[in-house]
Amino acid sequence: MAFESLSDRLQATMKRIRGRGKVSEADVKQMTREIRLALLEADVNFKVVKKFVKSIQERAVGQEVLKSLTPGQQVIKVVQEELTDLMGGTQTKINFALKPPTVLLFVGLQGAGKTTSAAKLAYYIRKTHNKNPLMIAADIYRPAAIKQLQTLGGQLNIPVFSLGDKVSPVEIVRQGMEQARANHHDLVLIDTAGRLHIDEGLMDELEQIKEVSHPDEVFLVVDAMTGQDAVNVATAFNDRLSLTGVVMTKLDGDTRGGAALSIRSVTGTPIKFVGMGEKMDALEPFHPDRMASRILGMGDVLSLIEKAQATIDEEKARDMQQKLLSVTFTLDDFLEQIGQVRNMGPLEDLLAMMPGANRFKGMKNMQVDEKKIDQIQAIIRSMTPGEKTDPDIINASRKKRIALGSGTSVADVNRLLKQFKDMKKMMKQFMGKGKKRNPFNLPFMQ
Amino acid sequence: MGFFNNMKNRLTGRTHSVTDKFRDGLSKTRHSLAEQMNNLVKKYRRVDEDFFDELEELLIESDVGMTTVMDLVDRLKDEARTRNIKETALLKDVIIEVLSDFLIRSKEDTELNLNPSGLSVILLVGVNGAGKTTTIGKLANRLKSEGKSVLLAAADTFRAGAIDQLQVWGDRTGIDVIKHQEGSDPASVVFDALQAAKSRKTDVLLCDTAGRLQNKVNLMKELEKIKRVITRECPGAPHEVLLVLDATTGQNALNQAKLFRQASEVTGIVLTKLDGTAKGGIVLAIRNELDIPVKLVGLGEQLNDLQTFDADAFLYGLFSEWFQSEDGADPESLN
Repeated sequence: MAFESLSDRLQATMKRIRGRGKVSEADVKQMTREIRLALLEADVNFKVVKKFVKSIQERAVGQEVLKSLTPGQQVIKVVQEELTDLMGGTQTKINFALKPPTVLLFVGLQGAGKTTSAAKLAYYIRKTHNKNPLMIAADIYRPAAIKQLQTLGGQLNIPVFSLGDKVSPVEIVRQGMEQARANHHDLVLIDTAGRLHIDEGLMDELEQIKEVSHPDEVFLVVDAMTGQDAVNVATAFNDRLSLTGVVMTKLDGDTRGGAALSIRSVTGTPIKFVGMGEKMDALEPFHPDRMASRILGMGDVLSLIEKAQATIDEEKARDMQQKLLSVTFTLDDFLEQIGQVRNMGPLEDLLAMMPGANRFKGMKNMQVDEKKIDQIQAIIRSMTPGEKTDPDIINASRKKRIALGSGTSVADVNRLLKQFKDMKKMMKQFMGKGKKRNPFNLPFMQ
Repeated sequence: MGFFNNMKNRLTGRTHSVTDKFRDGLSKTRHSLAEQMNNLVKKYRRVDEDFFDELEELLIESDVGMTTVMDLVDRLKDEARTRNIKETALLKDVIIEVLSDFLIRSKEDTELNLNPSGLSVILLVGVNGAGKTTTIGKLANRLKSEGKSVLLAAADTFRAGAIDQLQVWGDRTGIDVIKHQEGSDPASVVFDALQAAKSRKTDVLLCDTAGRLQNKVNLMKELEKIKRVITRECPGAPHEVLLVLDATTGQNALNQAKLFRQASEVTGIVLTKLDGTAKGGIVLAIRNELDIPVKLVGLGEQLNDLQTFDADAFLYGLFSEWFQSEDGADPESLN
């Protein structure tokens, strides 16, 4: 990232005027410049930014500064609230048809991720709503697009309706709908070919597909990395097809995803789902508040907390804390802790979600080597219970045995033992004196 | 109008087909950018701060990115001052000149760097959905029509249907595809393809890879490995590592370029889907901040719509109305 996060920059701007009771007009003006820049860097459409900044200015001037916040934080709070509002306030659900089948139509530009999203959503809805889905392969243009959907359908055990690539998409959808009704599928997902929103012929085709399938949801699939043009794309698709929702893909990348805001504020279409990875279960409902933080570069602390809560058993966590405090933290505990953190997902994602993670010098470009963690786990698992509780008894011959057992070298074992010792020492300091040091400096972080 | 004429002279040396391709492919883009610029020039007439502010907005809307927009506008302000230009209509020439300067930094070749004697290996990398496989199909077709023998390596073993997709391109162009099962090690596919290319005395080997987001460390490591295998098996290769970039991408393209370059020493960019309304302004930012040249652009869905990037033709494509209105003479009529 060329710039630090917005919150860092705003804090810097506000340093000089800290301690005032109210946010003045001049303060706001200075800060809105920063906000404008941050939003533009996040690819929020220019016109949307203009409108947004104006409304912030009006709202922020004269606001009482809450005791617990600095003026900079206060403005961020306003900005984040406003952004969240703009993106729809709360998450939205799927419109199910009163009379099945429920039909979902997927449209979008080439390479946005329609086929993958259709399969992911079929899997997701089958799981959450216990439906019996049928996917219709109506992309006859891109080579092997049908094969792609069939492969995914095979993996997920979801049937795919196809008539090959010689029949018109409209006809495929018409016959697919017939089959869905005949076979009592209560959920139909239609994958269409990627097309430019300015391609009249292909847009007509979509209108016809819509006519024969009467979809309950028309999803525009949008790449989260899309730039300023996202607005034009969404507007064009919306004008022709009256979109009901947006699926934003590739949000597991490092893009800030400003397109989400642009699309929502220009077309009013809610973003319903986000794609978070290449695996078939990597699809999540959209959370406007988290997206707001992401666009502002504030980290996604809510997602992190939620992930942690879902994964780490609270009981265990309390135990662990107790152990940390009493310094009876053993290698066994360490192993368990690694396991729990890993259950939450790739470490890098977790770190990226922590706000201010890039403020720590060491953490800015920190890369987590998952292989190294595997290695650490292997080493600890090769120890006897006695060695795990009291690592001091590990002598040269024990080290040799452990290295052999874990497929590592004595040097690796030594390194781990030393790092574990350092960590314990640091934790003692951290807990005891409350000294501010980076508590995240675990051995597998470089 | 000095610069217009200069460029026209340069363009007359080129065939109709190239300039036409760019003009037609960019027609949608042109309407949004050049028309808006025209309106701007009409609206302000005099060169002042308001004019530059609005010009700045226009460039931002083309995905040029703040840093580069500021660099560009600063340059324009300087030029306007030193040349004492007061009327916006007269600034058009300068705008084209400065843009051209930003695009053609150094006079390096936008032609692909191919091994004149023996095997050339081209590796295509990029995020998911950028258009790598389609680009390979078009590029293979082009190289073949130039009389070269071509081989394709299906090293996207991850995405469902990716191997079949490449095979379809292989069938269409009559070019062999070296492939393994889905889910196999991409580096080993590339290894086999290299052996095949060597024993068949193939001229060009094109390697498709799976789309990967640049922040996935493991996948980027995989890419490093693929490249290592190529260099080990064929010293001096890969001759080109092309980053395939969707022209609708916003500022994230800079991150993509940065991290892919770290992992695989990207030598050039293929800008795809430029025939949309996308303005591809991000190319200026990449050029300005990272100095990676654009080598190829995708201007349509047809097999022959992949063109060598030509900055003059690109700018002409964007601003062809300006060229025509300058002295009433169409560059075509100069041919």
